[in-house]
Formats: sequence, C-alpha cells, structure tokens
Amino acid sequence: MLGKYITFPELLLWFPLVTGVLAFTIKDAKKVKAWALFSSLMTLIISIISLCYTDGSKYLYYNNVSYKWMPYLGSSFSIGLDGMGRMLTFLTALSFPLILLGTYKREYKNANAFYGLMLLSQCGLMGVFVAMDALVFYFFWELALIPVYFLCSRWGGEKRIPATFKFFIYTFVSSLLMLVGIIYIYLQSPPTITSDHSFAIQAFYKTALLPKEQGWLFCLFFVAFAVKMPVFPFHTWQPDTYEQSPAPATMVLSGIMVKMGVFAVIRWVLPVLPEGTLKFENIVIVLSVAGMLYASCIAIVQDDLKRIVAYSSIAHIGLMSAAIFALNATALQGVMIQMLNHGINIIGLWIVIDLIEKQLGIRKLSQLGGIAQKAPALSIFFVIIVLANMALPLTNAFIGEFAMFAGLYQYNSWYVVFASISVILVAVYSLNMVQKVFYGSTNSITELVQDISIREKVTLAVIVLFIFILGIYPKPVFQLTEDTVSAILTKFGK
Amino acid sequence: MSAIIISAIWGVVMMFGGVFLKKSSSPKYWAIAGIIILLIANVMEFFGWQFFNIDTHGMVRFDNFTLVFNTVAFACTLLYFLLNGRDIEKVGNGNNISEYFALIFFVLCGVAISSSFKTLLMLFLGIEIMSIPLYILTGSDKRNLKSNEASLKYFLMGAFSTGIMLMGIAFIYGGNNLASFYIDNLQLGNGTLPVMVGAGLVMLVVSMSFKVSAAPFHFWTPDVYDGAPTVFTSFMATIVKVAGFIAFIRLFQSSFGVIQSQWQGLIVIITAATLLIGNLTAVFQQSVKRMLAYSSIAQAGFMMLALFALNDTAKEGLILYAAAYSLASIGLFAILARMQDYTIEGFNGLGQRQPVLAITATVFLLSLTGIPLTAGFTAKFYMLLAAVKNGHQLWLVIFAVLCAAISAYYYFKIIQAIYFKEPTENINHQIDVNRRFEWLLIIVAGLIVLLGVLPGLLVDWLYY
Repeated sequence: MLGKYITFPELLLWFPLVTGVLAFTIKDAKKVKAWALFSSLMTLIISIISLCYTDGSKYLYYNNVSYKWMPYLGSSFSIGLDGMGRMLTFLTALSFPLILLGTYKREYKNANAFYGLMLLSQCGLMGVFVAMDALVFYFFWELALIPVYFLCSRWGGEKRIPATFKFFIYTFVSSLLMLVGIIYIYLQSPPTITSDHSFAIQAFYKTALLPKEQGWLFCLFFVAFAVKMPVFPFHTWQPDTYEQSPAPATMVLSGIMVKMGVFAVIRWVLPVLPEGTLKFENIVIVLSVAGMLYASCIAIVQDDLKRIVAYSSIAHIGLMSAAIFALNATALQGVMIQMLNHGINIIGLWIVIDLIEKQLGIRKLSQLGGIAQKAPALSIFFVIIVLANMALPLTNAFIGEFAMFAGLYQYNSWYVVFASISVILVAVYSLNMVQKVFYGSTNSITELVQDISIREKVTLAVIVLFIFILGIYPKPVFQLTEDTVSAILTKFGK
Repeated sequence: MSAIIISAIWGVVMMFGGVFLKKSSSPKYWAIAGIIILLIANVMEFFGWQFFNIDTHGMVRFDNFTLVFNTVAFACTLLYFLLNGRDIEKVGNGNNISEYFALIFFVLCGVAISSSFKTLLMLFLGIEIMSIPLYILTGSDKRNLKSNEASLKYFLMGAFSTGIMLMGIAFIYGGNNLASFYIDNLQLGNGTLPVMVGAGLVMLVVSMSFKVSAAPFHFWTPDVYDGAPTVFTSFMATIVKVAGFIAFIRLFQSSFGVIQSQWQGLIVIITAATLLIGNLTAVFQQSVKRMLAYSSIAQAGFMMLALFALNDTAKEGLILYAAAYSLASIGLFAILARMQDYTIEGFNGLGQRQPVLAITATVFLLSLTGIPLTAGFTAKFYMLLAAVKNGHQLWLVIFAVLCAAISAYYYFKIIQAIYFKEPTENINHQIDVNRRFEWLLIIVAGLIVLLGVLPGLLVDWLYY
C-alpha cells in the first residue's frame, strides 16, 4: 500500500490536517486536548517509520509523489522528502507531542479552536518542509503563518494584538517579495511537456540566470527568509512576539518556524541562485555575526525570562545563518544538526519557563529566586537544558556549534573570532539566569513553588535524553542529511 | 446574445411587475427566477445552443472570454440576490421593489454589452446602459440626504466622463481615415500616432479609468459607495466595476494592443497611483463601508495590472479576479448590510456572537488580502504573473505587492475586531440573520476556497 496509494510526505501532511479539522468539532476541552496529543503522537510514529526506511531501492518510491495541480502553469502538487526534509519533519513531529505534553496543564478558552489551530500549523510546517514545487512551497509558507497568527493573537498576553500583527506584517511583506522572485525565476525556467515554464524545484535548479538577475533575486528571497529566521536587522518582531504569545505558540515559533527560514535558504536560495549567493555571502555573514553579538549583549540586560530566551535564539540562529554562507561541508552539516538541536533545546527552555510562569504568574529574574530548594527536579532539568543551550561538550549543541565554527574558520578565521565572543556572552546570560531563578534565597512568591509532576518529568526527560544522545552519538543525523549537503555543494563546485 | 436580450426583456417584465405584483416579497422570487434563466441561457450559449440568432453585423461578439465572464457575473448576481434579497426590499421604505430589480437587470444588460462589444459605439451603449440605472439605484433611498447627494454626484461626474468618452471616440474615428468601425480593425500601425488618435486614446483611458474608479479619477467613489444603500454599493463595487475592467481590456487589447508601448507609461502611472491612494486612504477609515470603498479602489489598482500586462495570462487573471473579488465583496457587504453599526468597533466580538458570520467574514477578508488557499491569492498571483511576463517595469510589480501588504493592515483590523476584541458596550451589535443566510455565506466562502485551490475550474473554460 505504501508508495502505491500513499507516501510518507502525504501522510505527514494530511494526518495533522484531518485531525486538526476534526479537532474543531470536539467541544469538550479535555477530550480535544487528548485528541491533539494522540494525533501528534501518531504523526511522530509516522515520522519515525519514515526515518527507518533507508533502503535505497524503495526510497524514492516511498518519499516522492506528484499530482497534477495546475498543468497549464507547469505547477504540480509535488512533495517529497530528502535527508534535510526527513530531519525537519522529524523535528516537527517530535516537537508537537513535547509541546502539548509540556503545557498539558494549561487550560485555554475555546480549547477546540486552540488545538485545532495547533494541528493546522503543524500541517503548514510539514508542507513547507516537503514541498518540491515553488508554488506549493509558497502556499505552505504563508499558510503556516495564519494559524500561528491566530493562536498568538487570540490567546496571547496583554499586548498580543499589536505584537503579533507586527510579526504578521513583517512576514507577509517579505513573503510577497519572495513571490515576485519566484514568478521571475519561473518565467526563465525551461519548458515542460504541458507548459512553457515550470515551478518544479528541478526546473528551478536548472534555470540559468544572469549574475545581475541573481543578485537582486537573492535580495528578494533572502529578505523573506531573513525575517523568518530572524537575522539582524530583520529581527525586531521576534522578542515582542515571543513574549506576548501563548507558550505553545511560542514553542512552535521558535522551535520549528525559525527553522523554516534556515531550511528555505538551503533549499531554495543556495542551489537556485549560486552566483547571487556568492555575491552576498560576505554581507550576510557580517550581518549574522553582528546580530549574534548584538542579541547576546541585549540578552544579558534583559529581566524577562522569555525575552532572554528570545534574544538567545536570535544569537543561535545568527550563527546558523553565518555558517550556511560559509558554504562548506563542515559548516552545512553543522547547520543541519544544529537545526534539530536548537529546536529541541529551545522547546525545553520554553517548557520550563512556562511551568514556572504557570505556577507563579511571573517570569522576571528580579522577582524569582531559590526555586531549586523547592523544585529540585525542575532545576536539574533546566540546568541541563541551559548547559546544552550554551553548547557544553557532551551536549547536542556542542556538536553543531563546533562544526559550524570549524566551517566558518575554513571560510575566514576573523569571523570566528568575533562569533566566538558570543559563546562567552551566552554563558554569561545563561548562568546568570540559572543563578537568579534557581539559586539564592526564596522570596514570598517563590516559596509556593511545587515540583513538577510525572508527566512533565517525562517530557523534560525525553528532551534531556535527546540532548545527550545527540551530543554523544550524532552520526545518524549527519548521515541523514549528507545527501542534501553534498547536492548543494556540487552546485558550487565543491 | 441571449444574455443581452433576456436581461432587457426581464427588466421590462420586472418593471411592469411592479404594477401587477401586489405582494411585497414576490418581486424577489421573480428576480431570482430571471437571473437563473439568464444564467442557464448563457451557459447553453457557451455550449453552442443559441436561442436567438440575430445578425448584428459583428457589432457584438460573444467569444469564450465574454461568455465566461458573463457567467461569472450572473452567478455572482444570483448569489447577490439570494443574500441580499431581503435587504433590497427594505430600501426606501419598501416601495418600488420591483423597479430596483428591473434596474439591476438593465445593468446586467449593459454588462453583457460592454463585455461583448466589437465597435466603439457598442462600448458606449454598454457603458451607458450599465451606468444610468446605477445613478437611480444610488439615490433609491429617497429620504436620505446622503443617498441623494451621492446620486447627484455620481450622475454629474458620470455624465462628464461619458462626454469625454464620446469625444475620444469621435477623435479616434475622425482622426484616422483608415479606421473601420470595428475595434480589431482600427489600423493604427506601428508608426507615429496621429495627434487626434492619440488625444482620443487618452480620453478613452480617462473615461474608462473613471468608470473603474482608478486614480486620479476616483474621487466620486468613496462618497458614492458610502452614500448609496449598502446593498446597491455591493452590486456597484463588484459586478459593475469588474465589467468595466472587462470592457477596458477588451478595448485596449484588440484595438490598441499593437501600439502598447506608446500608452503603457500612462497605464503605469494610473496603476501606481490607484494602488497607492486606494491603500493609503483605506488605512485611515473608521467606517467599514467607507473602508471597503477605498479598498475597492485599491483592488482596482491590482486589476489595472492586467491592462498593463495585456497578455493571455492577464485575461485569465482578470476573470479570476472578477470572481474572487466579487464573491468576497458581496459576502462582506451582505454581512455589513445586516449590521446596525458600520464602524470597525461594530465587528467587535463577532466571533463569539455569530461564529458562522465570523468565520465566513474572515475567509472573505483573507481572500481580499490575498492569502493562499483563497481565490484572492490565485487572482493576485495571476496578475503578478501576467505583469512579470510583460517584462517591462518590474518595479511596478514590487510596488504592487508592497501595496498588497498595506491592504493586509486594514483588512486584518476587521479580523482582529472579530476575534480578538470584546463587544463594545455602547454600540448596537444586533445582527438579524437566519440559517439560510448563514448557509449561503458558507457556500460563498466555499467557492472562494475552491477557486483558491483549483483556479483551473474557472480558467480552463477560456480555452474550452
């Protein structure tokens, strides 16, 4: 049946969609929560099964499918999974159960709409990662935004409406610019049997564009992806949005959605516009490194836990974006594994912050303290996740950051000098955060903290498990994404 | 052909019906029956069954483009009648109901002519038949001063632009002694344009821009749309406006297409101005009705891209745009017509009070913004595709998408009011809806999503 009637990318795409739509009809809050969890676990199982099929002969058969969609335009609904796609769909599939479990105690008004939108956003994200046609990609790129926008604006904090609207406008403007770029490349693409041009990714890869065209097309595309990542100076929406969004939406945004930007650069910019990339690589790396330092410095002076993590995320993504444009195998492999690691780690951080906020109603460093005395389990998990966030050896992020730094060093050692300053800065604000939240003496608010329940322990344990497994034995992930990396580098003759 | 004749006859029938039909609700059903007949006749003509075979000496020609557009227009009118029938009955204290319907049928007759003309004379007739009933409909709320003012304004400005159009036609025919009466055959050549023809062309551009409310000839639009009874605004802003564009592109593609390079600059300026003015002024509106008036100018700017591009993709796009824009606007206006308060605050908390209205209104607004999965996106996509295909002035395309982003700002303000804000206390939030109305809205929203996923369902018919 598999391969003939249905393939993995389809399963990953349609399953959350169907269950998401069904979730809207379940009025009972408890049931819909369980339903969402069930659905996300099923998606995870599908994703794990898809990872197990590495057999070369049936690989294409199981993982690629194409339907007629708009033949006269040369667009087909073609979706497929390569190494990077499988890794990121796995991240998406893994994140949702973690997010739902980690925030299971939260009660949301109109729970059916909330969980329905969560699952729909999962569908949108999967779509971005499996799209093999530019138009399909654009469809999902925008569609992933809509449910998240509604989630953030409806269930978020006090200033949610302006904050998330800023986010929406930023991404909407930038993706429309990308649409113009897509159309332009499409009109240069070679003809197919049914149409003059084609939106298929292979056609885009084959399209010959002049260096001058590639230059401005690169700008159109890169702005869209830079906003999503976000790369300095397109990041201003991010801290506000993270701060104001409800916890699960923040996790989706920072854990998976920012990877959309990184992913899209690797899939749609590097191979399509190689000369444009070479033209702008220096500028992008400088911006990214500057953004890393800038975000890290700001994170040090923040008082709000959510904002610290938000800025820390900008710094981490900055490193990834710099490493992409170093354009060598080491750096790209580092980016690949770091996408997975960063997703897992940051969701862990958000879960802990949400648990604290849920219990105490505050998340200011200056008001917290001494939680370790009252909640030792929570503290242990948090410290491990924070150390992973700092990329300590033996944790997963170390592997990724090490590879990225090594790759960047091959490109230009001076960038590494500046970028590695941010490693120190990360340690400063991370340890400061741990110290102020968990150690010291308790105050009248933190007196009341209770330790986490078994469900949350399991969730955090899974995250910690991933941190160590990937930190000690990252080889499977490297193998998984090898094909994508080498395919891209051949475009650059490396 | 049948569309012109049946709509004219049915208009007369409805008018006499006003004398004989005493029950106030029956005209509505007669009108719905009429539009269904019109629709069926049109579809049958598309498949080659003609009721009337009249020799017009090629003055009008019903090709696929015309017939597909007419079908879209009549189908939208049908939905419009179904959604708004009850509100039309309320306009002007409920007298003269069948006359309103009669006038709408006359407008449809004008729509059919102005989408099928082959000489400038028929264009003029079509545009006039389309406009004159609208002047009356605008002023149909007799006791309302704003409605009267709008009607007078519309009439004066409309008459003025008609005059300019006639002058332009005279210049074109008079200044070009090679010209035949048929627009395909104006013999403009590739060389320098005679001064008279050039002047005539500019006048035609001006008057047509006036009809489709493109800047800087848009000043009547907000006042007229705001002053007219909401149900008629809905009709004017959608089907009639789109028909204007169809006439516009039909004229310019067949007659002036060969000398496009000479007038493209003019269209570029008009397009850019329309996009900018429409979007920027819409941002500052407090009344949703007025905002939709400005947003209709903004959407007109996007449709102007078809005239800029002037290729087959542009025609496909225009048909899609016609459907997408009409459906979404008719739906939104239908909801608005039932509301007591037209400010954005009037929408506050609609999500809690009327979930069906809220979700459908959201679909309409997303479609107007151009979010994927809605017809609005495919329509905008086709327009951008056509414009990029044209190859000139790529900055205009980028400018257009930036303007589309501005439009997200004001459309989303309504969505925010619907879902994220609580009902305001001192505003009358009452809405009078029934199940039938809700189902119709769901159908309209469904059509929008369907066209958003499969635009081929509509576009393919052009090549049937």
